[in-house]
Amino acid sequence: MARNGTQSNDRLFFGTTGAFALLLVLLVAAIAGILAYQSRLSIASFGWTFWATSTWDPVAGQFGAFPFIWGTLYSSLLALALATPVALGIAIFLSELCPAWLRTPLTFLTELLASIPSIVYGLWGIFVLVPAIRSLQQELPEWLAQLPLFSGPPIGVSLLTASVVLAIMIIPFTSSVAREVLKAVPPSQREGAYAMGATRWEATKVALYYARTGVMGAILLGLGRAIGETMAVTMVIGNRPISSWSLFEPQYTMAAVIANEFAEAADDLHLSALIEVGLVLFTITLVINLASRLLIWRMTRQRSQRPRVATVPAQESAA
Amino acid sequence: MTFTSLRGWRLAAAGACVIALGAGVAAQNMQINGAGATFPDPIYQKWFSEYNKLHANVQINYQAVGSGAGIRQVTAQTVFFGATDGPMTNDQLLAAPGPVLHFPTVLGAVVPIYNIPNVTTDLKFTGPLLADIFLGKITKWNDPAIVAVNPGVTLPGTNITVVHRAEGSGTSYIWCDYLAKLSPEWKKRVGVSTAVTWPVGVGGQGSDGVTALTKQTPGAIGYVELVYALQGKLSYGSVQNSEKVFLKASIEGVTAAAAAAAKSMPADFRVSITNAPGKDAYPISSFTWMLFYQSPKNKAQGKAMADFLQWALTDGQKFAPDLGYAPLPKEVVALEMAQLKKINVQ
Repeated sequence: MARNGTQSNDRLFFGTTGAFALLLVLLVAAIAGILAYQSRLSIASFGWTFWATSTWDPVAGQFGAFPFIWGTLYSSLLALALATPVALGIAIFLSELCPAWLRTPLTFLTELLASIPSIVYGLWGIFVLVPAIRSLQQELPEWLAQLPLFSGPPIGVSLLTASVVLAIMIIPFTSSVAREVLKAVPPSQREGAYAMGATRWEATKVALYYARTGVMGAILLGLGRAIGETMAVTMVIGNRPISSWSLFEPQYTMAAVIANEFAEAADDLHLSALIEVGLVLFTITLVINLASRLLIWRMTRQRSQRPRVATVPAQESAA
Repeated sequence: MTFTSLRGWRLAAAGACVIALGAGVAAQNMQINGAGATFPDPIYQKWFSEYNKLHANVQINYQAVGSGAGIRQVTAQTVFFGATDGPMTNDQLLAAPGPVLHFPTVLGAVVPIYNIPNVTTDLKFTGPLLADIFLGKITKWNDPAIVAVNPGVTLPGTNITVVHRAEGSGTSYIWCDYLAKLSPEWKKRVGVSTAVTWPVGVGGQGSDGVTALTKQTPGAIGYVELVYALQGKLSYGSVQNSEKVFLKASIEGVTAAAAAAAKSMPADFRVSITNAPGKDAYPISSFTWMLFYQSPKNKAQGKAMADFLQWALTDGQKFAPDLGYAPLPKEVVALEMAQLKKINVQ
């Protein structure tokens, strides 16, 4: 009897938690569905050219989202490139090298960065970073400023400014996840390395290799955050719908254009085009997440296919 | 006998309670919701709170969600009234389920602000000059066209950086409306809207963003509402009006522009008063409007809002100058009082 009770409890447990999980799937599907439905006017008018054309003219009713897609991906990937080495450095230092008395305050400080509201980053960007980038640009030697990568007027609001702000914003996320992942590496891994005469650097490499899927996940978490960030970016990127390689050119992102134009969009097509930008952002985020899952899955599969020592516990491959 | 009389007394007391409660509910029940433009939000909030002090039973809620959203919500009838910085277009009026009336409430103005190294005197601008700067045709501060209207000012060869509002805004609408009237090329290439495709420049987030960028960037030129320039103690340029007089924006200048426009006011009040006639009229001025259905569904709310408007257009106007808005001229108020009678509250 008692046993039956436990079983029915289990069934209830399975049912409720399963329903919650299903709810999440339905929610995602509903978001996609609503976005697609609300943007039907724009989809019907522009079709796939919406993704590839660069004219964004609310007055003439011409909409193309390419500059926003470009700006979002460029600024996020650049931010990722700037943030990842620093974040991993912090994570490695905190988990492998840091003296115990320094660990708690340092961890606290990095995590404090994550709790600052994005508008504060934006204000800091406008009043500190923008003038700094402007003077940096004015100091550039003439031959360097001629390169397409560094061209543009010295205004200060630019793609680079946005990327630096984004990088600072994602560092705490990436570093704290990476630190947790490194902490979860079994001590036997490092001990084994030391036993074979490895230096600290080499032992850390072993730990990093062991935790590489988790580290990858930490980096992609940062990317996800960078792509969706709105307020801090729109305050410093210059909001100019062009797609340029130049780091110093003002550009625009998808999240920023939605935030900027949504409230004042009185025209149906304009509104519909903005919602389609949301759909594009949703799709791109989804694709990036799927791609990263795939990457992590491939990495784990490769590891489990390698010849293994018989004594390694089976559940370790799931870690 | 005692029992019944007691019961009767109790019943009566209960009845009185119910009536009192009912009256209380009816008195407190008047919640009217509106949504729309952000530009007049400070004066609207002031009005609604002042009006509530006079009429405790009327509570008006206003959400500053933007002119576009205000028009959409009025059309969808999710709010009782709307507010906008640019009048509704003919298409938008046709899309609404009933006739919509425009009521100008106060006036605002937009001023050019700039940051030119070593220039402390107030600069003068003409409409075509501002249009050419914002079109990217004039790129240096010592361009002959700028020097010509500013004799005696030594202007450096600094590059001009145009700063505009990044988000859709009524301020941009007024600015573009003015430029389009003075420059055929602006009208053709850019047009008039709360959000346009800016030929050059960078977008600042809100008036604060535009001000910060203009203050920081040597050679920058931007535009902000007069309210903002007055409160932020910014120096701003004077603009040539239709009588070729260079005027610095002032509350009197804006009211003068509206008074000049009153003579040729269309019946539906959908009028642009940029570049208005008159020596004293500041050229980059505009009304901001409230939107009502001519035959509101809820007659009680319609009556209350009509009473409110009556107050706002007369007594309420005295709050405008302190908040940086120009009060309506008497001529316009008189015309609006006539329109107010058209609201069908029976």
